[in-house]
Amino acid sequence: MEKELRLMKGNEAVAEAAIRSGADAYFGYPITPQSEVLEHLMLEKPHERTGMVVLQAESEVSAINMVYGAAGCGRMVMTSSSSPGISLKQEGISYIAGAELPCLILNVVRGGPGLGTIQPAQSDYFQSTKGGGHGDYRLIVLAPASVQEMYDFVELGFNLAFKYRNPVMIQSDGIIGQMMEKLEIGPQKQRRSAEEIAKQCPWATVGKPENRERNIITSLDLVSARQEQHNHKLQAKYKEIQEKEVRYELINCDDAEYIIVSYGSSARLSMKAMDILRAKGVKVGILRLITLFPYPTKIIQELTPKVKGFLAVEMSCGQMVEDLRLAVEFKKPVEHFGRVGGMVPSPEEIVEALEQKIIGG
Amino acid sequence: MTEEIIIAGFGGQGVLSMGKILGYSGISQGQEVSWMPSYGPEMRGGTSNVTVIISDERISSPILANFDTAIILNQQSMDKFESSVKPGGTLLYDPNGISIPPKRKDINIYKIEATNLATELGNTKVFNMLMLGAYLKIKPIVKMENVIAGLKKSIPERNHHLLPLNQKAIDKGMESVQKV
Repeated sequence: MEKELRLMKGNEAVAEAAIRSGADAYFGYPITPQSEVLEHLMLEKPHERTGMVVLQAESEVSAINMVYGAAGCGRMVMTSSSSPGISLKQEGISYIAGAELPCLILNVVRGGPGLGTIQPAQSDYFQSTKGGGHGDYRLIVLAPASVQEMYDFVELGFNLAFKYRNPVMIQSDGIIGQMMEKLEIGPQKQRRSAEEIAKQCPWATVGKPENRERNIITSLDLVSARQEQHNHKLQAKYKEIQEKEVRYELINCDDAEYIIVSYGSSARLSMKAMDILRAKGVKVGILRLITLFPYPTKIIQELTPKVKGFLAVEMSCGQMVEDLRLAVEFKKPVEHFGRVGGMVPSPEEIVEALEQKIIGG
Repeated sequence: MTEEIIIAGFGGQGVLSMGKILGYSGISQGQEVSWMPSYGPEMRGGTSNVTVIISDERISSPILANFDTAIILNQQSMDKFESSVKPGGTLLYDPNGISIPPKRKDINIYKIEATNLATELGNTKVFNMLMLGAYLKIKPIVKMENVIAGLKKSIPERNHHLLPLNQKAIDKGMESVQKV
């Protein structure tokens, strides 16, 4: 079959991927720079294509709680927003993590804090990877660096969410969401039938048959000993995720003396910087993070003895660099470079940062 | 081959759609493309620009500080992007609305009276297709058959009766571009 190629925005790609991966529902509320997700879903009328429900909720809080409800019924459900809206959803995300339900959340990050700006940023790394809401929990966090990955990570995200019964976040930003690139579209998948859902999700609240106890979806357990046990169970799951689900891309790292560690749009900017530096004879490679949680600590520890230093490039004041420092254990210099508040660094600025902070430093 | 282009002008001049047609043209001939607009609280009459990259290889940064080609449609964009053209690069502009023409000696400068020609063709909306034609005359990076394929994908089907007019405007743009 001939590949179906399109020119699409990252946000539109996510929406199309949700329909084609057989998602049951999307609940969201518009906010720049991710409004095209809901717009594309409204335009495509997925209810007519697959029976998928698309609803503009009255607020972000409402949308995430609709996700909570649908996920409790074993449905493939997602929401999307941008930074301030994701902050509003945090209570619901914590409940979903506590109740161990699968769902997909897209954050097209804009500059903060507060309402901040509508321009791109990566300043929600802490929020995405360290919890975000209250309690000891983790999300699996995927960081797409292209429109194709925006598309591909929807199905990957749903698969991981159901595999681990855990919310998965796609952390994108205004650049990846707003730009158009060549996109290869996959075939339409069937939504699962009610019987298939009941079989695949024995924990779901889909109507109680005679032969089993009722399923209860809750994050509340007032018996502390049981709540402690539940926490240990969650931590064991996060440990398994850290062992099995690390994803990254190494670009020109074989002979590299210096390594840029970056993700999402910053990794794309860094690739251009790498080309400029390589043309000058500087041996630079890139470690592009695909999962932000789990963090690729092991590969960093393997690279550390081989290189002279690391530069973390991210559009924040220095968040991901903290995990990099923990991985490098002060054995080699680690510096940070980023522009913030919606300002995007030029590849030339990244070149200058590496030359001044790492090579000259 | 990698061509890095900035198209900049007023919102409503067809800046973004010109970029989209170029992007679809690149896809039609099997190339990688990226299309990165300035986004924000913009409206008709405000400034608008898009960075388009067409390449045989994987595209690194979709956002750039320097360009192989700048297609400039108003004075604000001239002020902002004349200095961003790489030495030896190309700058194409419509003199209509430009009060201070480009001064650089180390780049190739072309002009086309696209605003006037669009009026002559009877539809001012084909202005951007005149610019596109002029650009493709200078840099034939995509084949005309692929541009037509790109046009078909970019224009909603209800407007496909306008395809011949758009093609005519591209041809006219190719004929009318002048080296400065």
